[in-house]
This record gives sequence, C-alpha cells and structure tokens, in this order.
Amino acid sequence: MNKALDVRGLTTRFETRSGMVTAVNGVSFSVERGRIMGLVGESGSGKSVTGFSILGLIDEPGKVVAGEVLVDGQDLRALSPDAVRRLRGARVAMVFQDPMMTLNPVLRIGDQMAMAVRVHEKMSKRTAWEKARQTLEIVGIPSPAERLKAYPHQLSGGMRQRVAIAIALLHRPSVIIADEPTTALDVSIQGQILAEVRRLADETGTAIVWVTHDLAVISSLADDICVMYAGRIVERGPAEDVIGAPRHPYTVGLIGSVPSLHEPGTPLPQIPGSTPQLSNLPTGCPFRPRCPRATDICASEPPIVGEGDHTVSCHHPMEAP
Amino acid sequence: MADTVSAPVEARPARFRNFCADFARSPVAVISLILIFGLLFVSFAAPLVSPQDPYDLAKLDWLDAFLKPGTVGSGGYVHILGTDNAGRDMLSAIFYGLRTSFVIGLSAGVLALVIGICLGLAAAYFGGRIEALIMRIVDLQLSMPAILLALVLVAVLGQGVGQIILALVVAQYAYFARTTHGAATVERGKDYIEAARSTPLPTVRVLFRHLLPNVLPPLIVVATVQVASAIALEATLSFLGVGLPLTEPSLGSLIANGFKYIHTDRYWLSIYPGIFLMVTVVAINLVGDQVRTVLDPRQNR
Amino acid sequence: MKEPLLTVESIHKRFTRKPGLVMRGIDRLSGRSSGTTVHALSDVTLSVAAGEVLGLVGESGCGKSTLGRIISGIYTPSDGRVLLDGAPVARARGNNIEKLTTRVQMIHQDPFASLNPRMKVGETIAEGPRVHKLASAGDVRKRVRDLLQQVGLEGAYADRLPHQFSGGQRQRIAIARALAMEPDLLVLDEAVASLDVSIQAQVLNLFMELRRKLDLTAVFISHDLSVVRHVCDRVAIMYLGRIVELASARELYEKPQHPYTKALFASVPTLGTGRAAFQPIKGEIPSPLNPPKGCAFHPRCPMAGPRCRVDLPALKPVAGTATTVACHLNDGGTGIEKGSHAA
Repeated sequence: MNKALDVRGLTTRFETRSGMVTAVNGVSFSVERGRIMGLVGESGSGKSVTGFSILGLIDEPGKVVAGEVLVDGQDLRALSPDAVRRLRGARVAMVFQDPMMTLNPVLRIGDQMAMAVRVHEKMSKRTAWEKARQTLEIVGIPSPAERLKAYPHQLSGGMRQRVAIAIALLHRPSVIIADEPTTALDVSIQGQILAEVRRLADETGTAIVWVTHDLAVISSLADDICVMYAGRIVERGPAEDVIGAPRHPYTVGLIGSVPSLHEPGTPLPQIPGSTPQLSNLPTGCPFRPRCPRATDICASEPPIVGEGDHTVSCHHPMEAP
Repeated sequence: MADTVSAPVEARPARFRNFCADFARSPVAVISLILIFGLLFVSFAAPLVSPQDPYDLAKLDWLDAFLKPGTVGSGGYVHILGTDNAGRDMLSAIFYGLRTSFVIGLSAGVLALVIGICLGLAAAYFGGRIEALIMRIVDLQLSMPAILLALVLVAVLGQGVGQIILALVVAQYAYFARTTHGAATVERGKDYIEAARSTPLPTVRVLFRHLLPNVLPPLIVVATVQVASAIALEATLSFLGVGLPLTEPSLGSLIANGFKYIHTDRYWLSIYPGIFLMVTVVAINLVGDQVRTVLDPRQNR
Repeated sequence: MKEPLLTVESIHKRFTRKPGLVMRGIDRLSGRSSGTTVHALSDVTLSVAAGEVLGLVGESGCGKSTLGRIISGIYTPSDGRVLLDGAPVARARGNNIEKLTTRVQMIHQDPFASLNPRMKVGETIAEGPRVHKLASAGDVRKRVRDLLQQVGLEGAYADRLPHQFSGGQRQRIAIARALAMEPDLLVLDEAVASLDVSIQAQVLNLFMELRRKLDLTAVFISHDLSVVRHVCDRVAIMYLGRIVELASARELYEKPQHPYTKALFASVPTLGTGRAAFQPIKGEIPSPLNPPKGCAFHPRCPMAGPRCRVDLPALKPVAGTATTVACHLNDGGTGIEKGSHAA
C-alpha cells in the first residue's frame, strides 16, 4: 500500500457547440512513491485533460463528472474546493509545458518562491528564501543564490522550467503532474531535465505523472506507461513491456511509426486516418476505424485482457510474447 | 500509394451559421438589429410611408403649425407626433431626416473605411518610413477631437450633404487606419503571409487577397461604431447650425429647430427627433458590441 | 560530380535593431551605440546537388530557420550569395525583398498558420500557378484536383476552408501548394515537427514518395535527429550560426566527428534503449547576441583546450571520409599536450 496517487474511473466532459464531449473517459491508474508514470497519447487523447482533472483545474465549459482521485489515500474529489486549493502545491503540484504559467513575470524568482513557501508554512522571509535556495540546488541550478534575485525573463527557457519544477518541489509533494514539460525545449536541455527528474523521483520519493506525446522521452524516463486514445487508457504496463512488446494495435502502430526503428529511406509503417474527433467517436473501441485488426465485434466495448501488470483494452490484442 | 488517403473531412457547421447563432445569444442585440432594419426601412421608404412630403413647401399649411401630437390637421390625417412651426408633420420630417442621417453616416463610414484600410495596410506591410509617416499623421489626428476637426472643415467647405460627408471622412478615417494597422501588423507576421510572399505573389495580391480578409473582423466592429458616431456627429454639426439647412432636414437640424421652443410647452418639436437619434445610435452600438463579443477569439471554443 | 543545383557562398546574416530616436540622442552624447546586432549566420557555405536531400540540424538559435528563409528568398543575406543554377534567388530593394524565382518553394512548420484561413484550399493551391501563368485558367482546376490526389486528399476538398482539415491534412495541402509551382528545390522548415507521431509518419512517407516520383531536391530543416536520418542524404549540423559538421547521413550517424554532434546524439532519448540511457550536454545554449569567443561550443565541450577559447576552427575535411568538420581536434589539436585527454 504505497500508492501516492490512485485515480479511479476519472471522467471529464466538455460542453461544446457540437454537444457533450467526453475528453476523459473512465481513466484509472495508480502511481507508487518514487515512481514515474508516463501518460502517452496524441492530440485529443485526453492526456493533458487527465492531468488537469486530477488537480481539479478544469474550468467551464468542462467538468469532472465522475471518479475518485486519492492522494495518499485521501479523495480530492470529496473535498471542498477550498480544501483542494490548500492541498494543491503542498501535496500535489503541477508543472506546465510553459513555465510562465507558473512564474509571475514581474516578481523576482526568490520572492515568488518565498511566497509559495509561506502560503503553506509559517516561517520568516529569510528562512523561506533559504528554503527556495536549497530547492533550486536540488533541481541542479548552478549558483542558485544569484538566480533567486533574477526575474523570469532573465532566465533561459530551460532554466525557467527548472525553476518551475523547483517550485513544484518546494513542499515535497507526494505527487507531481508534469504536462509536456520538455516539449518546448531543445534536446540538449531536455536531456538535462530528464536526467534531473529521474534523480529527483529516486531521491525524494515523489511520484511523478509525466504527460507527453513523445514515446522516446517516456521510454527513457518512465517506470510505467499508460497509452491513451480518445479519452481512454488502451494499454498500460511496465515501460519496457509496453515499448518492447506492445499488445494494443494502436500502441503497435504508434511505436512502429517512429523513424529511428527503421532503415533510412524506407517507407514507415503508418496508422491510416486522422486523430479522432471526440465529438464523433464510433461505438465500442474508438480506434476501430483506423485499426488493421478490427472486426465486427469491435463495435462492442472492448474487454480488458492481459497478464499481470501489462493489460490492454482490445478485442484482438497482439499475442503476448 | 493510395493508402495515404486520409479520413474524410467531416462537415462542420459553417462559420456564418455559428456566427448567427452566437449573435442571437443576446436578445438585446437582436432587438437592436431589428430596430435598425426597421429604421432603415422607414427612412429609405420615407416617400411611401410618411403621411406628408416635408420638402414640398406647397403642402405645408401655416394653420397646422404647432399641432400637438395626435391632432388631426387640415390634411385630414392624424399628426401622430404633432407638427412644427411651419406646419410640417413631425413623423414625416423625422423619417426624411433619418434618411439624410443614414445616407451621411453610411457613406462617410464606408469612405473612411476604404481610405483607412488602404493607409493602415500600406503602413503595416511596407513598414519603415511609410509606416512612420502614415501612423504619425493618424496619431496627430486622433489627438484632436473629431467634432472640432469636422467643425473647422465644414466652416471652410460650406454647407451641404457632400461637404458634411467629406468632413466626417476626414475626421474618422484615422480610427480605421489605426485599427487596420494594428490588426495587420499582427497578421503580417504569420506564416501564411510569408508563404504568399515566398511563392512569390504580387504585393497588391498579398495585401488584398491575404492580409485584408483577415483584418476585416475587427474593422467590422469599428465600422458599426463609427457609423453611429458619424450620425451623431452630423446631428451635432446641424444642431450647431453649420450642418444642413432645415429645408433639407436631418435629425440634427430638426432638434436644433425644436430647441428654440423647448422652453415653451412645445416639447415634441425636439424630443421626438432626439429620441429617434438616440435609439438609432444606441441600437447600432449595441449591435457593434455583440459583434465584437462574438468575434472575440477568446470566446471561441 | 555534376553542377550543384543550389550553392550558398559564405553567407552572413545580421539582424540589427536600430535604437529609437531618444536612444540615438543619448548615444550621440555618450559616444556609445545602443543598437543590437545578432549574427544569425556566420560564414555559411554549402551546396545541394540536384536530386539530393540536405538536412539542416541544430538547436534554437543555431540559424537553421534563417538559413532556410534565405534559401527560400524570404530574407537576403547580409554578405555572400545564394545561387540557384547560377542565378540569385532574391534581391533586396530598399526595405523590401524581391524574390526572383518561383523555383524554390517553402513548407512551413505550423500548418495551422501557413494557410490563409479565409481562402478555400483549392484557391490557395491555384493562386501561384495562375499568377505566374504556369497553367491556363481551364487547366488550373484540374491541376488542383490532381495535386490534391497526389498528396493523398480528395479532389473535391478544393472548395473547403482550412479550418475543416486536421493538422496532417493541412500539411498535405501546404505541400500541394508548393508542388503546384513545379519547384526545383523545396525547403521544409520543421515540416513534421508539429504533427502527431502517427501523422508524422504519413507525411514523411508522402515526402519520400513524392521525392522518388518527382525527383525532388530538398533542404530539410529539423531538430529531430531520427527524422533527419530517415529522409536525408547529407546533413549539416549547425551551432550558433555556423555549420560545425557536414557529412553524409550514413557517416554522420555511424561516426559523428564534432564533439557537439556526439553530445547531441548522446542527449537524445531514443526508443528501445531503456531507462535513462542518455547523457545530457552540460551548460546552456549561449545567446547569439553574445556568442563565446573562439569555438562557440567550447564552454560546453568536454574536449575543449586553450586554443578553442581563442581560435575559431574552420570547416576542414576529415581524412578518409567525405565529412567536413569545424573542430581543432581535426586540425592540429586543442592546445593540450597529446594524450592528456581520453577520446
């Protein structure tokens, strides 16, 4: 019973012009302390909305309509909005793709970090700055004392993202949700941050949900992977199993279309069609229209099959190795 | 390799239908729009719908002067809004006056729009000295009250519909130029403009086929507001006595004429044209407001 | 070897921000200049042979997009020449740039921004050929349909507006627009970077198929090393406005020469290598406003010696290969005693 985060049956809907759209459809997963869970999917898969839903950050016209979000065994969905706000930042924190979502452009890094510290803990300003300095050191920022005096615009994109991660870490939360945090960064900077995040998870015991579209990033970072498609988790399991021996036809197609696995110049295996419109999903398995293995039975809800930790939601999964 | 054919494009509701649906969300705006169409109709169909031709001096009877609203005059019909000092049926005068106001407001608005668009586009697209020159002139002009500028111009040019339109255009084009410039500066940096330039397409084509259609939405909003303000400006000029003579009634000259009697109990001479003017200007502004709300990208889902 | 189709001859590109009126006055009084100049490209020379696909790879600030825009005739170089079959691509005329050829066409990164949102896609494709009289008015409609089919879309889509298409479909339309001009050279600026992985594979396949069919020559700009490896014949690695390594794709990926290239490969996570198998490059990318002296990579380079801090390395061929690399290691050493560092 070491679950830092346990999500059960999370469902989020949005009201749009073309009617009610279910962006997250009965998503369940759990993350243990010190482990990194990769939430992978393409645009419209609901991976980011899942992250936002966990933290209760869904605004009109969206609404979390069902599910439980247990952080250290406590259900966030059963708490009042005020209580959730108090827990946010302290026990669950978020890192966004754009660090400027977290950072205030007109405040020095040290001031905003100290402020964030003192929201949840009573301490002097001086102690708060010291705590901020230590946290910057933890995320591997060189000469942290000087960075504290800088304004966000004086830092590079990679450095800003490190500061955002440091702010998320301030209160040693049980869970950090990171939404595409390295997508906008250069590869060499991304590499630095990934290495740092891996170390943080191992050393601090924080559970991390890493939301991304990038299979290569997630395969080198995560312990476990959930693959999302059209608002559902279609495959889950230990990272090496999901990447090494995928069983859902969608995961197979996704991994197959990565160029580095093929002889240069040869045609890439491709998934036909476009990413789905949530307002217009087929019955049963949402991947059915693009799936090479689809048959008539796929119009009914797919069963969850698999051994142990590695499961897929599919009528015709690939053979287990 | 025919298997690269992607999934069929789904038919989404057309933009115009969405626009109408969003617009209709505000009942006030819908009522305003209906009002505007009603006013446009009675003004342009004034010769057909008004009981009297207020221009035709032969039809005016001194005996009918200052009849109260609702009185039957020598013509044998009810003067719903009364008559003025010359025995003119107020309702007819207002319909005709409204027509003059609309003609002046719309033509001044459209002309100012065209001139403003050309200047704003040129400034945004060419940049450098051209931009500096055009935009400084525009800034200079925007720092002066429009009414002052229009007054001076009418004083110089003389009275008449054409002169007033010209004065209003000069007083108002700057708003369009600035709005166009602002929107076009944003759009100019976008990739589709770069793509058009790198094809390469002729500059005029890039300006009018690519840049212009994409800066039009904010201009529509400015245009509605500016038509309303042109109507109000014209009324102000006429009220001040430098606009149109009473023989060619606009709402402003009607109000000015009635104003002389405001301290007697003959309130209807100025109140009713005033109400029509106010309703027209407010209705246009309300419609403009709703159009702005609908076109606001932050509203889109 | 046959004549190259495109030659880029030692071009430089400087972007200067002139100080405002007030600052100019202050400058005059103080005798300093507050205008800023960014050297986006410094002394870049390369050529592309007909039928070849050249990859331009680098991180932000390396100048790859600027180079692509200069080749496409959207910018002109501050110094040096860009010639297509011996003729310049564009020339500067006052504030504006006049593009002199239709033979180079560009495909942008973001298909949501590169199509005029208020123009039917058929018109977007037909516009160029019609203006340049590449086809008669009657033929244009048929040509648009053919092009749409060629990029894997239905001809009937010509009457739709861009917002009715998905990102991948829009990128196909952008490709059709470029092909409509019958270009000799395509410049693709991160053309698949904003697409979903599964859609990216579709567009890459389309590109490779069109390349075979139409014998296309292309400059393929990307930050994604695996994509570049898949579609390019030769690759130029750029860092802070300069080419640091130019090699055939095979040689580059088998035996990278420049320490930056090696570090780049090491820091990219790849599928199937397992957890945390990457070693990131230390340090930040320097600002192009204020690049380091000597070799621009020396502050981050594990092999840097004293010479790297002062001396700018030139692109020199590597013995026994077709690779050229700008590194002192390949040119007499970094100024450290031989054998004092492990390779």
